[in-house]
Amino acid sequence: MMLSVRDLSVVFTDWGKEKPFTAVDRFCLDMDRGEVVGIVGESGSGKSMTAHALMGLIRRAQVTVSGSAVFEGTDLLSLSREEMRQYQGRDLSIIFQEPMTSLNPTMRIGKQVEESLRIHEKLPKEERRVRALDAMALAGLPDPESLYTQYPHQLSGGMRQRVMIASALVLRPRLLIADEPTTALDVTIQAQILETLKDINRREGTAILFISHDLGVVKALCSRVVVMKTGKIVESGPVDEVFYHPQEEYTKLLISSRPARKKLRGGGANG
Amino acid sequence: MGKALLKRAGLLAGTLLLVSVLAFTAFSVIPGDPTASVLGMEATQEEVAAFRAEHGLDLPVWQRYWSWLTAFVTGDFGRSFKFDMPVAELVVTRAKVTLVMAAISFVLIVVISLPLGLIAARYRRGVVDRIVTVLTQVTMSVPNFIMGIGLMFLFALVLKWFRPEYVPLEDGLGAHLRFMVFPALAVALPKSAMTVKLLRGSILGEMGQDYIRTAYSKGNSQGSALRRHVLRNAMIPVVTFLAMAIGDIMAGSIVVEQVFGVPGLGRMLITSIGNRDYPVVQAIVVMLAAVVVGCNFLADLLYRVMDPRIDGR
Repeated sequence: MMLSVRDLSVVFTDWGKEKPFTAVDRFCLDMDRGEVVGIVGESGSGKSMTAHALMGLIRRAQVTVSGSAVFEGTDLLSLSREEMRQYQGRDLSIIFQEPMTSLNPTMRIGKQVEESLRIHEKLPKEERRVRALDAMALAGLPDPESLYTQYPHQLSGGMRQRVMIASALVLRPRLLIADEPTTALDVTIQAQILETLKDINRREGTAILFISHDLGVVKALCSRVVVMKTGKIVESGPVDEVFYHPQEEYTKLLISSRPARKKLRGGGANG
Repeated sequence: MGKALLKRAGLLAGTLLLVSVLAFTAFSVIPGDPTASVLGMEATQEEVAAFRAEHGLDLPVWQRYWSWLTAFVTGDFGRSFKFDMPVAELVVTRAKVTLVMAAISFVLIVVISLPLGLIAARYRRGVVDRIVTVLTQVTMSVPNFIMGIGLMFLFALVLKWFRPEYVPLEDGLGAHLRFMVFPALAVALPKSAMTVKLLRGSILGEMGQDYIRTAYSKGNSQGSALRRHVLRNAMIPVVTFLAMAIGDIMAGSIVVEQVFGVPGLGRMLITSIGNRDYPVVQAIVVMLAAVVVGCNFLADLLYRVMDPRIDGR
């Protein structure tokens, strides 16, 4: 087992006046190396919060994260911030929903892609560059050489998400967390990005934890799926089983709320 | 980019021209005449007429403006009516004094506000942040000259750190600067308060951006996220503000010079207006306008250099 999450809870203690708000409630998950697992749920179901907690990105003192997340023998949730830094960007990486704002607007693409390298490994500049260009090619970016010196605003949304993927993969982490990576993109780009992620999983053996509100997208990519509602897991299992024989009303609702793409021409950009 | 800058430069020249026209017109419209202050009240009609003819004051406004402008662009600023010497000579010594004061003010602003802004943002809601917030609020709402009088009272009369009497450069650089720090401080404090507020807000705004979350996800420490990502972006509005502030500093000096008795451009401007010494007034007004407009141009330039999203327009 590569990752084993037990009873992960995220609680906001400063929510309202009296009682704290539980955003994620005793979340459990097992992932093998190279596996692609999906988490689905509507907005506010706690799926992104789960991802951020695993990634060590919940930094506010008013939010408590409890439970355990054993990654390759180490419980990530028990690590200090400084210890966790050694894992971030090297063993696990994350890409976000908003490729437009997730990149630094005044830093050149190349520097952003190779940033994890700069932080975690002492390499000569030229070697960093070679590895950045390599990661950019892996993420499906055309002409990495010229993109290397460009700025984010010169790129389209899909290209920017590929830059995010490249910078997440530059150290070939074993786990990539993809937090709604295609939601902000239009349908054709969405399909291409999914294809790239699939390809990366096949070629590099990178495990992917794919978070989406769209069960259809999850079905296209993942082998297993976890369905979340208001912070709790309501259903989980092999993706085909959940998709074709949903046990819970909520899962059925998620499936039926998707516009049928085959019938509606051009409709349903956001599923 | 080159084309956009050229356009800016053209706009700059146009602004200066307009300022010079307005200043010239204003002084030909207001009542009063240099003859009274130069020749005295007892001058005869003939003396007055001779003086007016000699300095071309009997010509129509547009003719006088034209001859002033053509001389000005060749570097001839004219002669002072009152002191009967070239304006350039008269103004240069005063301009040096004001420039020294403005330069000290600028250095003070940078030295005071950058560390305070950083600390206030880094330790938000901490002790320093709270104190700075109150102080900036108070300082920002005090006008220059009140600040000047306050500083004068505190440092010269109560603490006796300096004597409230101008020390010229001839008395030694150290002594000169030691005196000049106080009027410079009066100009610098309100501007520093604004800069601190701007920088703090700018840093906090950038720290909440999505790309900072990305920076943390790559393993950046808080310090390196601040240094490598936040600061560069947060400094863009601050640098622009500081460049534009130079013009304000010069303008602020005019008032503060009065309070501290510094014989700079401001004092000269005010006496010259009183004497209706048009050539001097005209030269100082255009010079100040040139500094303000030039600083705006500089701000524009810096903005383009620092933010790759701004392309030539």
